[in-house]
Amino acid sequence: MHRILSASTRAVRAAGLALAAAFVLAGCGYNDFQRLDEQTKAAWSEVLNQYQRRADLIPNIVATVKGEANFEQETLTKVIEARAKATSIQVTPETLNNPEAFNKFQQVQGELSGALSRLMAVSENYPTLKANQAFQDLRVQLEGTENRITVARNRYIKAVAEYNVLARSFPSNLTAMIFSYPVKPTFTVANEAQISAPPPVSFEKPASR
Amino acid sequence: MTTLRRVWLAMFAAALMGAATFAHAQDVLTVPPLSGRVIDQTGTLKPEQQQAMSDKLAAIETKRGSQLVVLIVPTTAPEDIGAYAQRVADAWKIGRLAVGDGLLIVVAKGDRKIRIEVAKALEGAVPDLAARRIIAEQISPAFKAGDYAGGLNAAIDQLDRRIGGEALPEPLPSQGANRGSRGFDIGDLTIFLFVAVPIVGAVLSGVFGRKLGSVATAGVAGGVGWWITASLFAAGGAAFLALLLTGVMGVGSTRRGGSGPGIWGGGGGGGGGFSSGGGGGGGFSSGGGGDFGGGGASGDW
Repeated sequence: MHRILSASTRAVRAAGLALAAAFVLAGCGYNDFQRLDEQTKAAWSEVLNQYQRRADLIPNIVATVKGEANFEQETLTKVIEARAKATSIQVTPETLNNPEAFNKFQQVQGELSGALSRLMAVSENYPTLKANQAFQDLRVQLEGTENRITVARNRYIKAVAEYNVLARSFPSNLTAMIFSYPVKPTFTVANEAQISAPPPVSFEKPASR
Repeated sequence: MTTLRRVWLAMFAAALMGAATFAHAQDVLTVPPLSGRVIDQTGTLKPEQQQAMSDKLAAIETKRGSQLVVLIVPTTAPEDIGAYAQRVADAWKIGRLAVGDGLLIVVAKGDRKIRIEVAKALEGAVPDLAARRIIAEQISPAFKAGDYAGGLNAAIDQLDRRIGGEALPEPLPSQGANRGSRGFDIGDLTIFLFVAVPIVGAVLSGVFGRKLGSVATAGVAGGVGWWITASLFAAGGAAFLALLLTGVMGVGSTRRGGSGPGIWGGGGGGGGGFSSGGGGGGGFSSGGGGDFGGGGASGDW
């Protein structure tokens, strides 16, 4: 009786040890790092893909707008310059581990977004452009692309959030240190201070100038 | 005393979390449950119109395999229709699991805005321009005239034609077959079987004795297998293997006396005895494969 009992307690103890080992192995999160690292890279590629799609659309838009006589040259050149700047930056998966390069990328793409939306707003003033079917089609494609960029960015932000939580929370941060998985940068709003301030609204009549 | 305090703490935390989710839910509209192919929260469509439209969408699914859903809401405020439609599409994931061919039409009646949200698999069949044109040519004029059902039906016909021109995989004869097991990973199951089962088997047969212990292990294995794979078949397999491992081969169990391999009058099963999957009784459920990357177009009327 005693022999049987001690045998079973030994088995239970061994089982407990094995369980603990399994928990430690799973807890260090090495495999989770692999999975989430790949996931962020994939999300990042999708972001790049959509930005590229936008960059590819711009020459067509520029060509169509150029056909319009006396179109605001300044707006147009700004778009062309911003596109040149955005496409001149080499982006690789390593950009993800380099916050400086990441910020630079985000900044040039933001400039291009600004220049493009200005162009689209200005184009409203040209009735012939508004009636131009090719231009309207390009406009729809641009809207769709901007929408895809938003979705891709959101997915990247979510993927990075998941990864960063793992890279910073307790037992797995040791794994991150040992195997060098740094926290990844994510998208922020470029003009945060500007948009968080409430817009000045005044119902007073503007002073006569 | 400490347990009581712990209970209080847990309740407090739960209440806090509940409040937080509730507050969040007030910020933006919640995604409605996917209760049918045509969901009209505004009562715009007459019941027979809704039924006819639903039948039409069902016919498209049986013919082409693609899942189309129409959602009519009073307003999408505070979000714009694109963000709302994206959220709904992400939550529903309509479209076959292996193909991902889903399409969602969202109408915000009070905002006078409409959006056709196209899953990535259908972006070739319905590019943004086509979606925009369908809105401009079929939907907007009809909606302006107050003919909501007519506009939507004309749009669905156009979409059907476009989807028909795309070489998509044939629909399966029985739609129930491809539901359920998602993200099933045979590796997980194997690791689980050969690492956890001996451990659990040792513990349980230490406690209950070999016969009862291995049945219990099989039950646990089946249950966990079902939970991991969401497939009854895999769960049954796991349970059977676990039974074999602990009961017959004696893996992990304590050798007690010399009585050879255990004999079982058909313990078998163990795994969850019932299944909630399969979409009971001809109801509509999402295929779960639709990946919406922001394709489609918005418009107004």
